[in-house]
Amino acid sequence: MSAMTARSPVRLFLQRLFRRKLVLVAVIILLVIVLLAILAPWISPYSPTGMRVSQRLRPPSLTNWFGTDEFGRDVLTRIIYGGRASLGIGVAVVMCTMLAGTVLGLIAGYFRALDAVIMRLVDAMMSLPDILLAIFLVAVLGASAGNVVLALSIVYTPRVTRVVRSSTLVVRELPFVEAARALGVSTWRIMTMHILLNVASPILVQATFIFAYAVLAEAGLSFLGAGVPPDIPTWGTMIAAGQQYADRAVWLVLFPGLAIVFAALSLQLLGDGLRDMLDPKLRKAL
Amino acid sequence: MMETSVQERPLLDIRGLEVTFRTEGGDVVPVRGVDLRVEAGKTTALVGESGSGKSVTSLAIMGLLPRPYGRVSKGVAEFRRRSGAVVDLASAGQGVVRALRGNEIAMIFQEPMTSLNPVMTVGEQIAEQVRLHMALAPQAAMRHAVEMLSLVEIPDAARRAGDYPHQMSGGMRQRVMIALAMSCNPRLLIADEPTTALDVTIQAQILDLIERLRKEHSMGVLFITHNLAVVAEIADTVTVMYAGEVVEKANVRDIFHNSRHPYTAALVDCLPERARRDSNGRRIVAAIPGSVTSAAEATGCRFAPRCQRAVEACEAGSPELLVAGTGHEVRCFRWSEA
Repeated sequence: MSAMTARSPVRLFLQRLFRRKLVLVAVIILLVIVLLAILAPWISPYSPTGMRVSQRLRPPSLTNWFGTDEFGRDVLTRIIYGGRASLGIGVAVVMCTMLAGTVLGLIAGYFRALDAVIMRLVDAMMSLPDILLAIFLVAVLGASAGNVVLALSIVYTPRVTRVVRSSTLVVRELPFVEAARALGVSTWRIMTMHILLNVASPILVQATFIFAYAVLAEAGLSFLGAGVPPDIPTWGTMIAAGQQYADRAVWLVLFPGLAIVFAALSLQLLGDGLRDMLDPKLRKAL
Repeated sequence: MMETSVQERPLLDIRGLEVTFRTEGGDVVPVRGVDLRVEAGKTTALVGESGSGKSVTSLAIMGLLPRPYGRVSKGVAEFRRRSGAVVDLASAGQGVVRALRGNEIAMIFQEPMTSLNPVMTVGEQIAEQVRLHMALAPQAAMRHAVEMLSLVEIPDAARRAGDYPHQMSGGMRQRVMIALAMSCNPRLLIADEPTTALDVTIQAQILDLIERLRKEHSMGVLFITHNLAVVAEIADTVTVMYAGEVVEKANVRDIFHNSRHPYTAALVDCLPERARRDSNGRRIVAAIPGSVTSAAEATGCRFAPRCQRAVEACEAGSPELLVAGTGHEVRCFRWSEA
């Protein structure tokens, strides 16, 4: 007991999370990618837009580790900068979907009368293929980074709503919620303090998955030309631009592709790790 | 003159309470015609088997019947407020009842293991409760929470206030629940089987604690239980329920030594202390044959199918509550023969 309380909660959390070594690797990769994106202006070897026609389509070398593109821009630099846009869009999508999905899910789960209305809308949206709906929305709204965030948020909010609603349905029937009601706590405080705090862990897990989906979907949209305008470097726009040279300069698609794979994979692994750790039934099995 | 008549009214006076649940198979009436009184500073025990309507009655008092299915369909539940005003909990609006809950009326539950929020420290939960009903700054509320924890005899209260419920034992958690309930100094405490989930030694401590708090704060207690041993220990008056009806009301001595209803008598006989010895010297604990009839299907006396003394009249018509003595009421045609 005293040993339990002596250890800080943060240390305990990390110890449990990293019991699986793969999760530790995923977090390290993710940290590297995030740090590179944040520190881009200070650590990139070249300017992301600096064209040098004499250096075009150079294969990877000591001066340009990932080679150069069709305008002679350094691919490594553009990947580092591309991470800013890709991850930035991912973070924005996560924040929007978490906010909207949590509010809708709590309302649907707590107020039974609104449940049917909200959930049928959610079902209708989930019956449409993600990427198709996103393309449609961007086509209607117009291609810009903001609209990509909006479109992907609309596409992924139903997932969060479902998870939050089902967790809310469980927690709202627990005795402590009734006890809180018996002690005169208002509906608003019950929903925020008593239910939301108790459904936080599935929301957290869902957030990491949505982050991964959003990074992938942004790349897909940009590749299809229905995403971020090509002048902003993102991993998706880089692959889209590089594909016509792919037979001569495979590094133009390979390295941005690897960036997407590493980012999405490490997010998924982190999500798996969090889910396993936060689910008491699975935790015992580990 | 007016003053005294107000003073003499009980803290909680329930008359003819009927609760209806709407189900797919039609309306169900789990509680009908319940009369119940709780005096200030006294303990009324509400006794009955599972399914007798004890908990539904308490939820009706608290305005916590599951909406929209359950509602109070008849009767009044008059509660005398701290100000002296009398409010009918059965017909008052949600807002009025909610302002009373946790403030003037508090409730503790059977399951201390799950009645606390697992992601908040116990101190935070009490402080939240305090701030809800009293205008206190966060730090003052926290100090009050620590005081409440020491009031319920939790050692090292200042440190334990920072504990999460999972770091505490069942008895400790029930103490925290009581601290929560007591934090706004309620006039009426409804305790729904608060000791059922606890060890016998802890049970006694919790009962002592409730008794001490009742005396110190001259608070009325409605103690819901199926455990007659507990009733003997703490109750002043006892109300026995069977299949949604009150079958007998009396002071605690009459219930144990002068019970008039065959169900009460049978219940008292079921106590292990009353067990007889058979020819081999083994102790045999009495039991009541059969089980509680569903509240939906009864005509006549609800207890008749299990009653040793039932006659034809018992099957035909349902008896009213009859006066059997001072403060002693019983729902049985043949009470005088007991």
